Amino acid sequence: MKLRNILTATATVTLLLSGVAQAGTTLDAIKKNGFIKCGVSDGLPGFSYADAKGNYNGIDVDVCRAVAAAVFGDSTKVKFTPLTAKERLTALQSGEIDVLSRNTTWTSSRDSAQGLNFTGVTYYDGQGFLVNKKLGVKSAKQLDGATVCVQAGTTTELNLSDYFRANKLKLTPISYDKSDESAKSLEAGRCDVLTSDQSQLYAQRIKLAKPDDYMVLPEVISKEPLGPVVRHGDDDWFDIVKWTLFVMVNAEELGINSKNVEDMKKSTNPDVKRLLGVEGDKGKDFGLANDWMAVVIKQVGNYGEIFDRNVGKGSELKIERGLNALWNQGGLQYAPPVR
Amino acid sequence: MVEPLLTPVKPPFWNNPQVRAITFQVIALVATVAFGLYLFENTQDNLRRLGIASGFGFLSSPSGFDIIQSLIPYSAASSYGQVFWVALLNTLLVASLGVVLATLLGFIIGIARLSKNWLIAKLALAYIETFRNIPLLLQIFFWYFAVLRAAPAPRQSLSLGDTVFLNIRGLYLPAPEFQAGFGWVLAALGVAAGLVVFLVRWSRRRQAATGQQFPIFLASLALLLGLPLLTFTLAGAPLHWQIPELQGFNFRGGWVVIPEMASLLLALTLYTAAFIAEIVRAGIQAVSHGQTEASFSLGFNTGLTLRLIILPQALRVIVPPLTNQYLNLTKNSSLAAAIGYPDLVSAFAGTVLNQTGQAIECIAITMAVYLTISLLISLLMNLYNRRVALVER
Repeated sequence: MKLRNILTATATVTLLLSGVAQAGTTLDAIKKNGFIKCGVSDGLPGFSYADAKGNYNGIDVDVCRAVAAAVFGDSTKVKFTPLTAKERLTALQSGEIDVLSRNTTWTSSRDSAQGLNFTGVTYYDGQGFLVNKKLGVKSAKQLDGATVCVQAGTTTELNLSDYFRANKLKLTPISYDKSDESAKSLEAGRCDVLTSDQSQLYAQRIKLAKPDDYMVLPEVISKEPLGPVVRHGDDDWFDIVKWTLFVMVNAEELGINSKNVEDMKKSTNPDVKRLLGVEGDKGKDFGLANDWMAVVIKQVGNYGEIFDRNVGKGSELKIERGLNALWNQGGLQYAPPVR
Repeated sequence: MVEPLLTPVKPPFWNNPQVRAITFQVIALVATVAFGLYLFENTQDNLRRLGIASGFGFLSSPSGFDIIQSLIPYSAASSYGQVFWVALLNTLLVASLGVVLATLLGFIIGIARLSKNWLIAKLALAYIETFRNIPLLLQIFFWYFAVLRAAPAPRQSLSLGDTVFLNIRGLYLPAPEFQAGFGWVLAALGVAAGLVVFLVRWSRRRQAATGQQFPIFLASLALLLGLPLLTFTLAGAPLHWQIPELQGFNFRGGWVVIPEMASLLLALTLYTAAFIAEIVRAGIQAVSHGQTEASFSLGFNTGLTLRLIILPQALRVIVPPLTNQYLNLTKNSSLAAAIGYPDLVSAFAGTVLNQTGQAIECIAITMAVYLTISLLISLLMNLYNRRVALVER
């Protein structure tokens, strides 16, 4: 925790002193460094999770890799910084990281007063409750007087208070810095309920000793659009991160994936040709290599691939596409055209 | 031959030590102010460029989140400013309880360390070496995650006469509810306290004049307990106890000591007491052994020797390093953030900072508060030190 305080303090001091260092654009600085500094979660299966060998995996991690592929043509040129919910925004504001890809909810105050820009939505989520089946609770409305574990400094913390207030329920919240501490406290019985974004609840559940003893309540009490964030004030960098995500969504829609990307370059579909940089110079407009979009798909995959691999049917979590299906398949994932 | 007159040559002004001293101080001052201004301007620029809000206006906007422990009325509709007060009071609560408990325990262990009883002395030694050599954060984790997590679930609470309950959610105590007429009891307590002061002065004067002793301790105790108790009975017992009751998920009513607070307080107390014990031992050993021998030869017993001869002299050595320990304890209380106790660092410099994004303001306020608390403790302890210090005449 000392370390954490030091981190916050350094971040603050950086905010005081930086100026000269920030004079150039983010992209120039990244190219000089030779890697992208990407902030991820401190351990959430499916989103960002370091395996036994220390390799990061997850949907948020893949977004960073895709940006690296776009900038360097090499998806490995990323330095990951695990951050708690409390640290993440200050770390981005102060320039410690170039992009934050850490299941962070897009809100108005973060976009405005906090000086950040959300580049899109990687995962449409909503807040839910995880309880022990022994409690016999079937609905969140029955949680009057319950002790609830929640992660400090999140929108979850605010939604929780709103929900209990609106339904006139009595609430005893315990806010921990780390999601692991919340999970441990739920297992020990320090709290009756753990609340978080539903995707996180599923991820937390598989980390528990007896996942089957716990269930997610049916209520979804909020909108949690999660996405990558960059600092306000550098439009070029903002565009690159934003379009990396759009390219992955467009690729899924056009049927381009990491395996068939070379074959698809021979496609006669002009949309595919433009996206893969075979026709026109849409890639160059971003100040990057003309075929960067193709490189992203080849090295990281399209949106459907990273979803399935990390949180969907190809993963332990087995989360349905639901809201995260493409717009033409009943979901919300929709990207503007490459044109 | 005429000797040439030796007229003192006035050195050039840049060799004048006074001029030099002043010049360098002016340069240092200007440089410091300029650096400060640069920092301020640069910060303002950076914040504007990044589009981050600045200023202290956020303190009056609603917080929107709940806090588990608050000594003043607070809800999610309260402002960030109120979060600050709630958090500050939580910090002060754990720090002040910690200071009192660590001092008591530290003095006991420190004296036990010097005991002639081999077992007591070695136990005290083992205590000191264990607790001061394990990092405080680990001790907090130990109490929180290992010890207090062993408490039973609310429905299987350990209870003491069905009024006090202990479970994993905390220690539930009955809360007093004062009825009309309780003021008389308080008044009686005040009167008793006044009488005790009078009695002590009188007995001292009598002992000085006649040498006769008066059982001052027992008499004071009787007064302090008896008078309020008598009034309490006469006023018709104007006090109710609100007993905690199991309702739904948790106990409701009464007072609760949450495990976050209990483990933080335990760890701070035990850790700091180990250091205080060593300070007390050093202080006692700094008093020449001749003093003890002289006291014994005058017929004082061990307890009186310690109380009247050794401790007053030892305090001169003890108080300054003791102040440091109080400061350490207060600052260490910020480790609360590790286990979710809503102190100043956790609730204000953590959650509020994160919800508003105004890092500079929140950190500045928090640092200023810790600085103020520390300076206040130093001030009080220095005043006390002046009283116990050796007065040289």
